[in-house]
Amino acid sequence: TYMPRPGDGTQRTVTLIPGDGIGPLVTSAVVEVMKAMHAPLSFERFEVSGKMDKVPDEVMASIRRNKVCLKGGLATPVGGGVSSLNVQLRKELDLYASLVHCFNLPGLRSRHENVDIVVIRENTEGEYAGLEHEVIPGVVESLKVITKFSSERIAKYAFEYAYLNNRKIVTAVHKANIMKLADGLFLESCREIAKKYPGIKYNEIIVDNCCMQLVARPEQFDVMVTPNLYGTLVANTAAGIAGGTGVMPGGNVGAEHAIFEQGASAGNVGSQRLVEQKRANPIAILLSSSMLLRHLRFPSFADRLDQAVMAVIREGTYRTKDIGGTSTTQEIVDAVIAKLD
Amino acid sequence: RHFGSASNDSIVRATLFPGDGIGPEIADSVKQVFKAVGVPIEWEEHHVGTSVDPRTSSFVTYDSMESVRKNGIGLKGPMTTPIGKGHKSLNLTLRKELGLYANVRPCLSIPGYKTRYDNVNLVTIRENTEGEYSGLEHQVVKGVVESLKIITRQASLRVADYAFHYAKTNGRQRVSAIHKANIMKKTDGLFLQCCREVAEKYPDIVYEEVIIDNCCMMLVKNPSLFDVLVMPNLYGDIISDLCAGLIGGLGLTPSCNIGDNGLALAEAVHGTAPDIAGKNKANPTALLLSSVMMLRHLGMGEKADRIHKAIMKTIEEGKFLTGDLGGKASTSDYTKAVCENL
Ligand SMILES: Nc1ncnc2c1ncn2[C@@H]1O[C@H](COP(=O)(O)OP(=O)(O)OP(=O)(O)O)[C@@H](O)[C@H]1O
Ligand SMILES: Nc1ncnc2c1ncn2[C@@H]1O[C@H](COP(=O)(O)OP(=O)(O)OP(=O)(O)O)[C@@H](O)[C@H]1O
Ligand SMILES: [Mg+2]
Ligand SMILES: [Mg+2]
Repeated sequence: TYMPRPGDGTQRTVTLIPGDGIGPLVTSAVVEVMKAMHAPLSFERFEVSGKMDKVPDEVMASIRRNKVCLKGGLATPVGGGVSSLNVQLRKELDLYASLVHCFNLPGLRSRHENVDIVVIRENTEGEYAGLEHEVIPGVVESLKVITKFSSERIAKYAFEYAYLNNRKIVTAVHKANIMKLADGLFLESCREIAKKYPGIKYNEIIVDNCCMQLVARPEQFDVMVTPNLYGTLVANTAAGIAGGTGVMPGGNVGAEHAIFEQGASAGNVGSQRLVEQKRANPIAILLSSSMLLRHLRFPSFADRLDQAVMAVIREGTYRTKDIGGTSTTQEIVDAVIAKLD
Repeated sequence: RHFGSASNDSIVRATLFPGDGIGPEIADSVKQVFKAVGVPIEWEEHHVGTSVDPRTSSFVTYDSMESVRKNGIGLKGPMTTPIGKGHKSLNLTLRKELGLYANVRPCLSIPGYKTRYDNVNLVTIRENTEGEYSGLEHQVVKGVVESLKIITRQASLRVADYAFHYAKTNGRQRVSAIHKANIMKKTDGLFLQCCREVAEKYPDIVYEEVIIDNCCMMLVKNPSLFDVLVMPNLYGDIISDLCAGLIGGLGLTPSCNIGDNGLALAEAVHGTAPDIAGKNKANPTALLLSSVMMLRHLGMGEKADRIHKAIMKTIEEGKFLTGDLGGKASTSDYTKAVCENL
């Protein structure tokens, strides 16, 4: 039984960024389901597009005030001068940990069984530092920055997550045989934190071998902790083997704030066709929303939502194309609502 | 410049590094198969020295280097870098000295050897000289380190050029450039720009660009979406190993390094497997398939095809599989079976 503190039932306001492409479609799926559940949430909605050169001030203020945000994908232009708003949000709010849960959903067939991997990725530095310049014409440099501070706090978060969720193994992913100083510092930090958690097994794996192992024997992995770039690769690979990015939940969290979104390929806004036909898969972001509910200490709402979503997947009557069906987003929403107890 | 000479019948001299551990056994297997097919190759065998050669600062001797440079073609088994300071790793030496700028790894599902993926037929081409492997790192202040990724126009054009050339000469339809230019706009941006420039010279080959995270996801969901992939160093390292995993591991994937002046050094990418070395248990497939790549590079396509088919047939029949593939055959039994299937 969850014994609330007085006032825990107070309605909470959540910042809502529908985003680009399939974002509005899948986030409104969440809003509709939350309403049907009578969840104690209200949404403050802001139109933001990845094409903007920065996240508007009022949006930042809203997230700072509400502490919690639900977000669809924001398109990230390739090349050119515009920087990724997804990255901007993470940096400005210091959402230093990204978490993606990649697991087999009972009833959904995929190439691998027994996948249950949580990828925890450092979200603020590394290859995403954004420090690049042209040295001379035809020669460009990009700086990867690794700090002890950020490495330690992501390692702490990973072990804390493992401890609180009864996970057994934390695996650090690296390329320290080549990037001896940078990834070396990351590993050193992980090792230090690992000592404080004798009950959790700690091991290390080189990123290329890691991806090979993921497609061969994914069941060996539990919690993975990674620098920025490797994390997105590991998460997308793990998501792919367990059923696809359309069903894997996740979010970004820092000391003060949290943003929940589709776990892997969060910057993915889908194809125009998906948007027009209204057939994007809302499962990932619905599961992310139950993470959001748990984060706000509404555990039984979270459980009900999880249970309804899982029931829809298990039955298999309503599925979108990415997981082998023909349903529209709305059909999934209706099916989930019908399964709410 | 030339990437291969079509001298079909005159004898070609090629350098062979049998390497350490299981290397000599699997190299032997290649020699036997080549003999059975009548490949007109004369091997110049080279071994890693027992002391550091000052001219290469490595255990690889200057003479070995000269041999590959002169022959322009070679085959290499796995090698262990002796531990200790003051010398360069073997692979680094080879790469630097021979200017090996591209690493090519075909990944093809092997009929008869079941994995979860049975429709893989792709080739990864990895830039091998710069990027994240520049080795330029420093500590800015205590607790803060920087690592430099370098992308140059010259190296990017060169590898893109090879990728398209490879696609064309190997009957491939599509080249995908793998990148993260939405985040690394300048470095990966330059890499993409170079790929686009080269793509224009190959109007018959479809060119596309795929962001690396999405590429990982697509590869594990449906690898048949890909044909030839070209990418900077780190991405190539990761993606090529991921692809090897799709078809059953490093024991089955060949590779070939392309260097200055059309030089090619084919190699098995697995390790020396000290646990089974000298026991006649090693699987020679990866090195055999690497030697097939070598023959193709030399324009000996017909002989390459024969060996390739014999390997596939042997594995498909499943009577003489080595331990790593779940069988009980020895290296020599398997080799014999390949020779009989020629
Ligand atoms: N929530 C989502 N719902 C549907 N598609 C999504 C979702 N999130 C991401 N996508 C993207 O949609 C695309 C389709 O993914 P997938 O690989 O599963 O199918 P596909 O075989 O490429 O589809 P198609 O044959 O229609 O092109 C991918 O780019 C994927 O990243
Ligand atoms: N060609 C092969 N045939 C059979 N088994 C192999 C082969 N290559 C590798 N293996 C097996 O895979 C495992 C790892 O091999 P690998 O060669 O990478 O060993 P290693 O100890 O990493 O060697 P190195 O230090 O040279 O990289 C070993 O158990 C080995 O027996
Ligand atoms: Mg590798
Ligand atoms: Mg090894």
